Amino acid sequence: MSETHSHSASYVRREMLPQQDPPALQTGAVKWLRENLFSGWLNTILTILSIFVVYWVLAHILPWMLGGIWTADSLTECREIRDQLYGEGGREVACWAVLVDRWHQLLFGFYPDDSYWRPILSLIVFGAAVAPVLYESVSRKLLLLTPLAPFIIFWLLWGGTIWGPLAVLAGFVLGWAVFRFGEPVIGSLGATLAAILVPILYWLFAAGPIASGLSSALPIGIESVPSDDFGGFMLALVIGIAGIVLSLPLGIVLALGRQSDLFIVNKFSVIFIEVIRGVPLIVWLFTASLLLNYFLPPGTNFDLMLRVIIMVTLFSSAYIAEVVRGGLAALPRGQYEGADSLGLDYWQSMRLVILPQALKISIPGIVSTFIGLFKDTTLVVFIGLLDPIGFSNSIRASTDWNGVYWELFIFIGLCFFICCFSMSRYSQFLERKLRTDHR
Amino acid sequence: MSELHTDTVDRTIDRSQMKVSDEIAIEIVGMNKWYGTFHVLRDINLTVNRGERIVICGPSGSGKSTLIRCINALEEHQQGSIVVDGTLLSNDLKNIDRIRSEVGMCFQHFNLFPHLTILENCTLAPIWVRKTPKREAEETAMYFLEKVKIPEQADKYPGQLSGGQQQRVAIARSLCMRPRIMLFDEPTSALDPEMIKEVLDTMIQLAEEGMTMLCVTHEMGFARQVANRVIFMADGQIVEQNEPEEFFLNPQSDRTKQFLSQILGH
Ligand SMILES: Nc1ncnc2c1ncn2[C@@H]1O[C@H](COP(=O)(O)OP(=O)(O)O)[C@@H](O)[C@H]1O
Ligand SMILES: [Mg+2]
Repeated sequence: MSETHSHSASYVRREMLPQQDPPALQTGAVKWLRENLFSGWLNTILTILSIFVVYWVLAHILPWMLGGIWTADSLTECREIRDQLYGEGGREVACWAVLVDRWHQLLFGFYPDDSYWRPILSLIVFGAAVAPVLYESVSRKLLLLTPLAPFIIFWLLWGGTIWGPLAVLAGFVLGWAVFRFGEPVIGSLGATLAAILVPILYWLFAAGPIASGLSSALPIGIESVPSDDFGGFMLALVIGIAGIVLSLPLGIVLALGRQSDLFIVNKFSVIFIEVIRGVPLIVWLFTASLLLNYFLPPGTNFDLMLRVIIMVTLFSSAYIAEVVRGGLAALPRGQYEGADSLGLDYWQSMRLVILPQALKISIPGIVSTFIGLFKDTTLVVFIGLLDPIGFSNSIRASTDWNGVYWELFIFIGLCFFICCFSMSRYSQFLERKLRTDHR
Repeated sequence: MSELHTDTVDRTIDRSQMKVSDEIAIEIVGMNKWYGTFHVLRDINLTVNRGERIVICGPSGSGKSTLIRCINALEEHQQGSIVVDGTLLSNDLKNIDRIRSEVGMCFQHFNLFPHLTILENCTLAPIWVRKTPKREAEETAMYFLEKVKIPEQADKYPGQLSGGQQQRVAIARSLCMRPRIMLFDEPTSALDPEMIKEVLDTMIQLAEEGMTMLCVTHEMGFARQVANRVIFMADGQIVEQNEPEEFFLNPQSDRTKQFLSQILGH
């Protein structure tokens, strides 16, 4: 230490050195290899071992995949072609022909094949509606589409008269109008209550007759498709996306409820979360498919898919609530006090100060929950909905394709992987974007 | 007692605006507060006139923070009354939010919102609480940021600023609500020595403009130069209050003498 301050000339440089390149062994690929793969004898052994394992796996899988047969009408035909090509007992190859033959079922279930454009268009509408929410750089004008998208998508998928979704949409407009014009007259609490009650009454008693009246007067609509025809990956997407979109707000509300000082709100949230989380999803799905029939008034035909969506939503909202609660608890108390001391009311401070930060902390947990939810949609196969797994079973049950396993599972797995991996990448992008602490 | 004579700022302080009016800004009568069974504040009586600059000091744990946090209802008191700016503090949330928007507060750890830029920190409350149009709120914010001498940092995030800069932003953020009273809870305790001065300078500037201020601080130079009353607290009670010169040169109670000898060094 003291040398640096000493005045002895030998330690002081008189002419400045020009900048030099670092030694060759210390840069680029060589350096990287040395540091990461061959830094010691243990590391070197592990590296060689891993290279060997990777080679071994690929050497078995790649020929099987790349040599796959794409044109055949049945598994037997596939095998014949294989024997012709490689000789009997030569090599095993994939029979991708099953995908060529049945891809539409794996993707769309029994959805009428002249209407495939409808789910595809729905997906595009969905993409356009979430894009401005997910990415700031997307035009803000698309935000106008976002609140309308659920109704458009619902109409596109299930079809029928356009007046049904419009009548439901009118309920929201009604609620907004009641609040907007009622608030100056009856105060904000009264207006909030009225804005909740009036639309509910409207939906229960007025929406149905209005929609059927309008549709008989002005029949605009597309062919209606019952829920039973939904299946394949599209079913997983519909349940998964609906569950994700609905469970996030519900989970946030539950998390706030669990933090609340109001006794009833607090206990309700705690019990709800613990009960829902404490029981396996499959039990809830059976409840949805069997038990709800006993509780609902006789004669109501409450769509099974809708029930499943509700159950999946409730289930994952309990998890989201706990993840978000973790985020809320991680914020220093000073943030709450800072917001309070400026005179922001409870909802303002939550929305503007607390939740943006708490949600940012919870992003990895929230996305994990979403990914879990999305994959759990495959459980609906147990209550008789034909999700991709369900379809793989029914495809295998046909005489043509009896005995096909890997090809179907690889395809299904790939579909899920693409969705889940994109969610994961998006969450990493979001975390990077929201990082403002610059530590 | 050398520190008593070191000034916080080198310039002479302009006292022309520092007038104490007869109007009452804060009136606390017979206030008691408990944390569970622990009696933190005991029979506090304090009247603050408009334009007064009060420094509160006392040993750690004596209830200074609790006292000033009761004034804007960050803590609720169990007995007695607090009237702020003519409004009696009650459990009514509307009432509390109104008082909070009239009373600015600066904390030891700044409590800026890290996810918002400096400018957004300053415009948040005016836009949402006062319903000020965004443009106008931004102009006000820039005015106060210039006042605390950091307009060039407006688009940065709090995490990119030094502690002293952050505390000045926190002061500007409070000022954007145009408060009639400012509360400071040890605003310089978390700062490095060279940053303390810039924050105190901002506070002195505020005092010169006639702001009603309650400061919990151990900066005795600041107390001597700016305060017109120093309050000494111990064990949740106000033990002594006096004009600064008298307070420092002629302390009455033993607790005060002991405290002063500790804080001013030997
Ligand atoms: N939330 C709380 N719960 C229980 N005790 C508290 C709480 N906050 C402060 N106290 C206690 O109240 C006393 C006064 O605290 P405080 O007002 O922060 O003191 P000061 O600011 O003078 O150092 C301390 O003894 C502290 O331990
Ligand atoms: Mg304190």
